[in-house]
Amino acid sequence: MKTMEEIENAKELQYLKAKKEQSFFRKLLRNRFAALGLIIILILILTAIFAPFIATHPPNAMDVTKTLLGPGESGHLLGTDSYGRDIFSRIVYGARISLIVGIAAVLFGAIFGSLLGLVSGYLGGRIDAIIMRIIDGMMAFPFILLAIVLMTVLGQGLGNAVIAIGVSNIPGFARLVRGQVLSVKEADYIEVTRSLGAKHGRILFRHIVPNSIAPLIVYATMSVAGAIISEASLSFLGLGVQPPTASWGSMLQEGKDFLVLSPGLATISGLAILVTVLGINLFGDGLRDALDPKMKL
Amino acid sequence: MKRFLFRRILQLIPTLFIVAIIVFFITRMLPGNPAAVMLGPQASAEDIAAYSEQLGLNEPLHRQFFDYLGNLVKFDFGNSLSYNQPIADLIMERFPNTVILAISALIIAVIIGVPAGILAAKKQNTFLDYFITTFSLVGVSMPIFWLGVMLALYFSVNLGWLPSTGMGSLDNGLWDFLSHLILPSIALATIPTAQFARIIRSSMLETISHDYIKTARSKGLREFIVINKHALKNALTPLLTVMGLQFSNLLGGAVLTETIFSWPGMGLLIVNAIEKRDFVVVQNTVIFIAVIYVVINLIVDVLYKVVNPKINLDSDKGGA
Repeated sequence: MKTMEEIENAKELQYLKAKKEQSFFRKLLRNRFAALGLIIILILILTAIFAPFIATHPPNAMDVTKTLLGPGESGHLLGTDSYGRDIFSRIVYGARISLIVGIAAVLFGAIFGSLLGLVSGYLGGRIDAIIMRIIDGMMAFPFILLAIVLMTVLGQGLGNAVIAIGVSNIPGFARLVRGQVLSVKEADYIEVTRSLGAKHGRILFRHIVPNSIAPLIVYATMSVAGAIISEASLSFLGLGVQPPTASWGSMLQEGKDFLVLSPGLATISGLAILVTVLGINLFGDGLRDALDPKMKL
Repeated sequence: MKRFLFRRILQLIPTLFIVAIIVFFITRMLPGNPAAVMLGPQASAEDIAAYSEQLGLNEPLHRQFFDYLGNLVKFDFGNSLSYNQPIADLIMERFPNTVILAISALIIAVIIGVPAGILAAKKQNTFLDYFITTFSLVGVSMPIFWLGVMLALYFSVNLGWLPSTGMGSLDNGLWDFLSHLILPSIALATIPTAQFARIIRSSMLETISHDYIKTARSKGLREFIVINKHALKNALTPLLTVMGLQFSNLLGGAVLTETIFSWPGMGLLIVNAIEKRDFVVVQNTVIFIAVIYVVINLIVDVLYKVVNPKINLDSDKGGA
């Protein structure tokens, strides 16, 4: 049975935790740039979810009699592309692709990278050396180049884009988590937990992981922005999502060929990428400052 | 220092070995017979068999790997099917062009990014600071392939001032060379410029808050000397690492810029080889870029040590 003192201590801890969370959210939302970033992200998420209700036309419906129309012509808000497809509707549906690939690829990289980082940092020794040499090898490729090579081999498609960008994300997460583990694992309270007979799993997931979560969240947020750019880059090079699926990168690629006749297509699809990535970066910066301004990310 | 250099060079060996393994196995992941994929659907069974033999695909996997490693060491990358010439020659033709583009982008980034970062730090929380901070955030968020397309649209298509494709030649005069270089360099320089400004701003702010800067000010030193002689010297150290990393990234990031502006460098070589399904070229070009990337990182580490001998780069602790 708990003593009164223990109950008081638990209440105090709960109160302090709630206060800390409150102060974090207040700090985050007081930062105007972060709030703007959050608004952009929310708009993107809502657009992706409610795309069928927001789009004015089916995104892949072609009309050869209405190709390369300007904004506002024939009921097309942002005009049409070279196949007569509604640009606005494709931009709306393109948000889905960007968001799906962005989040899924980062999750992929975060899960595998963090596991590698945890094992490497915690076990140390030869296993650490082997894992880190593999990570060093992966980091020897410029990010986009590794994704390009993987897509070339795996072939086009949404799932393959997630894998290619996800794999390219593994080294960053692995190094980050390993660094965190190394800095936490020698702490006194971990030593105490270990001496009390706690198992490796408990030490890792109850003590080390929660202490590494803040930089991980910030890094993951920033990585979503990078993954969205990577997806657009792959699609721009014709290696990403397969046509006729609407992707901002492939729309930009198509718009490049009609720059003189219809500069709108390239301009709008690129702006969609820029605003989205900017929103995520703004939010990521704010998140970092609210969690720990000294964080080196 | 000699020991440090020796140890760092030794560390390169396993990394390069892993790079070779990664590229070898990724290219072996191609579904079906790579020779058939490269020759295309029109190829006859005899052609496929002959090309498989030429590529050594009939050998056991471990034998293929060691042959491939041996050839890499000898700088023998084999022949390109689509270009009909040795791949080493192709790389040597294209690599200097990518270096020219990367160096000019780096120069632009340093010339604009560093003063912008210093200015933002000096005028912290003023309109100028917000302006530079906002622009640098837009810069790091910029899809450079889009910026490239927009630059081409405005300066080439609309104004007709600068060419949007190809690489000029010094034989046709300096302007021909520079005019072709300007747009791709600006596009490629955008992200590093923004990153340099952000890094310099934050490291200057951190340095300015140190006691020795306050002491320098209290001694009555002019602000110009305090900033440029004392603060900047320390704030520049992190920039060195980022510059090295950025230069390596520029070599890889040039894939998109070179594609947009048809700049005949390594990036365009890779994209064209992918289109032609010439995977031997892709494989060897990627290996080459990865080796350059690793070597540049080594040079950066060494320079970092030279600039700041107290730094212990051997320590892995907290090396996130």
